[in-house]
Amino acid sequence: MLRLDCLRAVYPELEGCLVVTIMGATAAELHSLGHRANFFYLQHAMGLASSTGLGLALSLPDQKIVVFDGDGSLLMNLGSLSTMARYRPKNLVHVVFDNESLLSVGGFPTATSTGTDLEGIARAAGIPKVLTVRTVEDFKTAMKNAFHATQLTTIVAKVEATGPAGYVTDLSLVENRFQFRRHIQSLKRS
Amino acid sequence: MPVSLTSSKVIFDALKQCDVRLLSALPETWLVHLIRMADDDPETILVRLAKEEEGVGISAGAHFAGVKSAMLMQNHGFLASINGIVSFAHLYKIPLLMFVTYRGSFGERDPWQTQGGNVTEALLRALGIPYSFLDSIENVEKRIRQAQTLAESSLQPVALLLTRDLMWEE
Repeated sequence: MLRLDCLRAVYPELEGCLVVTIMGATAAELHSLGHRANFFYLQHAMGLASSTGLGLALSLPDQKIVVFDGDGSLLMNLGSLSTMARYRPKNLVHVVFDNESLLSVGGFPTATSTGTDLEGIARAAGIPKVLTVRTVEDFKTAMKNAFHATQLTTIVAKVEATGPAGYVTDLSLVENRFQFRRHIQSLKRS
Repeated sequence: MPVSLTSSKVIFDALKQCDVRLLSALPETWLVHLIRMADDDPETILVRLAKEEEGVGISAGAHFAGVKSAMLMQNHGFLASINGIVSFAHLYKIPLLMFVTYRGSFGERDPWQTQGGNVTEALLRALGIPYSFLDSIENVEKRIRQAQTLAESSLQPVALLLTRDLMWEE
């Protein structure tokens, strides 16, 4: 399963959400499908995409928030699972693309390649709904269910360790940040 | 426990005056009253963290959402947050209002706090983070408001060091 195919499969449904991605391939691939004002790409600070999603979810309880996390990023901030589980916002969908690799820095294997089970860790942390998917169809179904769920969901999507040729987009980091905030403020006014 | 209830209340009231609606916190002795006040206040969203760096992401999310937030941490928690501060708050121009207890400074009896006290201000200066002190009950509200104003106008982290003179009574 390719991450890009997963993103493509749910891209239309992302329109009504606020989306936070990790850096590297995930950001570049989502951007390649067509940037929208409701996408925020956290191009560093590994581990904090889920925390950002939690801050958004707690601040905007009526808004659906989607985080596209990765195994390398989540392993840097496993405590975030326990913090998310503690507050378990119903409006947060936490996706972990697990390619068992730190792809963007050269493909070094992460601990999920040697048996660390992020689904098990998320469940044991107390995330109310956790599942692993291995096909695009299952991913699409899991996302659809999570969008309509009334509980915090973590979806571990096992994907191949491949990505785009480059990671730099034509969207400056600061422009993305201001556009994203302005978009949210416009939602609040309407 | 000689943590000042009076000073904690003045700080908490000032946060409310400044319309801070979300507080992230990791417990430390000097913060116990403040965290309890946040927990007891139905208008305040309290996020208890596993590690202080999470608070950078949470405050960024709140900022995007238009919600004013603050972070409560020990200076060692500030040390543990530095990558988040640099590669998120500084990189993306995110205002952070950081309340940092200044452990390991003059009067510190706990040996394990002393090394962090030595480097706190040097690191704040190295990171270019404007900082000031909360050291007397008279100036708490004004200084918190000024710190928040600067964080929001400059779109960057600003730190207030909570000192022993304010937080400890004995």
